Amino acid sequence: MEAFTPFPVEGLSENLGQKKSFVPLIVLICGIGGGLGGYFMEWYAMAVSYPINVGGRPLNSWPMFIPITFELTILSAALAAIIGMLALNKLPEPHHPVFNAPHFDRASTDKFFLCIEATDPKFDLRATRTFLETLKPEFISEVVK
Amino acid sequence: MRETQTQLADKSLNAISPLGYPSQLIGPGESFESVTEEIGSIVLQPGARQPKSWWFGATVAFALLMMFFFAISYLLYRGVGIWGINIPVAWGFAIVNFVWWIGIGHAGTFISAILLLLHQKWRTSINRLTEAMTLFAVACAGTFPLLHLGRPWVFFWLFPYPDTMGLWPQFRSPLVWDVFAVSTYFIVSLIFWYAGLIPDVATLRDRAPSRVKKIIFGILAMGWRGSAKHWQNHQSAYLLLAGLATPLVLSVHSVVSLDFAVAMVPGWHSTIFPPYFVAGAIYSGFAMVLNIVIPIRKLYGLENLITERHLNNMAVVMLATGMMVAYGYIMEAFMSWYSGDIFEQYMMANRAFGPYGWIFWALMLMNVLIPQLLWIRRVRTHPLALFFVALVINAGMWVERFVIVVVSLHRDFTPSAWGMYRPTFWDWATLFGSVGLFLTLMILFVRFLPMIAISETRRIVAEKREGKLS
Repeated sequence: MEAFTPFPVEGLSENLGQKKSFVPLIVLICGIGGGLGGYFMEWYAMAVSYPINVGGRPLNSWPMFIPITFELTILSAALAAIIGMLALNKLPEPHHPVFNAPHFDRASTDKFFLCIEATDPKFDLRATRTFLETLKPEFISEVVK
Repeated sequence: MRETQTQLADKSLNAISPLGYPSQLIGPGESFESVTEEIGSIVLQPGARQPKSWWFGATVAFALLMMFFFAISYLLYRGVGIWGINIPVAWGFAIVNFVWWIGIGHAGTFISAILLLLHQKWRTSINRLTEAMTLFAVACAGTFPLLHLGRPWVFFWLFPYPDTMGLWPQFRSPLVWDVFAVSTYFIVSLIFWYAGLIPDVATLRDRAPSRVKKIIFGILAMGWRGSAKHWQNHQSAYLLLAGLATPLVLSVHSVVSLDFAVAMVPGWHSTIFPPYFVAGAIYSGFAMVLNIVIPIRKLYGLENLITERHLNNMAVVMLATGMMVAYGYIMEAFMSWYSGDIFEQYMMANRAFGPYGWIFWALMLMNVLIPQLLWIRRVRTHPLALFFVALVINAGMWVERFVIVVVSLHRDFTPSAWGMYRPTFWDWATLFGSVGLFLTLMILFVRFLPMIAISETRRIVAEKREGKLS
């Protein structure tokens, strides 16, 4: 079962029995990876590849490496957030059958939709329709894939 | 605090809270459909909603943009000598403009990210516009580090690309930190802005009157359906981006301030710079936000969505950060004297009474005295008064960066190294031209994309109906 709303509704995902979002984990892993990668780049460049004495600082001058490490952590975490979000939402998805439902364009303005797919194990054409009628919707429609 | 019966009944736009402040976040009688129509029709039915003044603004902005291109072209042809920079003042308007624009960008991230984490619902009607403002301000800012280079055609040497000479950028330098900080800031702001836009662009796709608009918005919306799963991942990513952008905005201007603070120059070598710059950035950023929001809400008839409460709150943030900046001025002056160092003490005396002294006093007037008007509630809620105070602060913050950069450089240690800085026509042309770039981008934005976050405004309507709005 899936619901379509014009704005995020608190607790809707839990009530539909959906698993928690994986976006935070992706962001954490990519952020840490980006930070470590950034520090490695700085250390390699400044201590191994082309060492230069800047102000008498040691070659592995880790306090000076922190700003860039921090920025690269944020950058990789942010990129992971948007790409991860789109990937987990399976976007871009040019077409989905639910767009064929009548008046579905109102789902992005002011109407709330509930959708039960035929692949659902409990789906039965007449029983499901009766169940939906008990919720007193504005209308019910069947959409063919 | 319990509202009295009369105040409960007065849910009009001008309702006042028990403490006496404008309390309405959104006008009465708004519904999901009405807010969607009000915001979406600006883009979808421009004939009805775009004011004639848009054309006037676009003309002025475009003319300034052409001047910008002209100034840049001449700069690339002749070199940085066309500017007024010399020895000792090797950094002039270009760096002043860079810091000014980056600072302006910070308000957008503050409103989008920090106010989201603080659960401040009043961010909703201004966050999209200010995120766009941040993007454009950072774009304007980013031109100056490139232009001010003696050899701008090798700007890419600042990035750590695999090169045939085996060279790397000097990662221990704040100037290189700037490259990473500003690039990250631009990309993260772009991501945050776009993430918030996806549901709104989907709304426009569904309401588009013509096939062309439907296809364009459809491509941008990438098939967004508003399903519970979509929203769950989206809100998770949005909150995380806000959490990432918050330390980012604090770090970016701190890194910019370190460009100065790591140097030996009296007036630059000051540990107060990072917090002082960040407060100043938010100060000038909110001034720019007000300068944009006040005309826009008037010209587009959005007073129902951007209410007096928003203006009041923005003015209060401006006042607070203005006090922090004033504290920074006091501390700089005190530390110059308290340090006992003759160069530091002379720096402060010269700043106030030297050849550029009049600029310092103008700065005190613009950034410290005039903003005290914001203590008066009538000024905070009166759009025209607030506009002018914000304009003064905007200009004042530019002047502050001038004082920090130029006045500190022109007289440092040995008198034989002292000099004067006089901006040339090309300095001014590049400055006003960058304003043209900013205005052009803003004007195009309000024409082609929804300038208020539609889905978030719907949530405000829903919460108002459920009585959850304070």
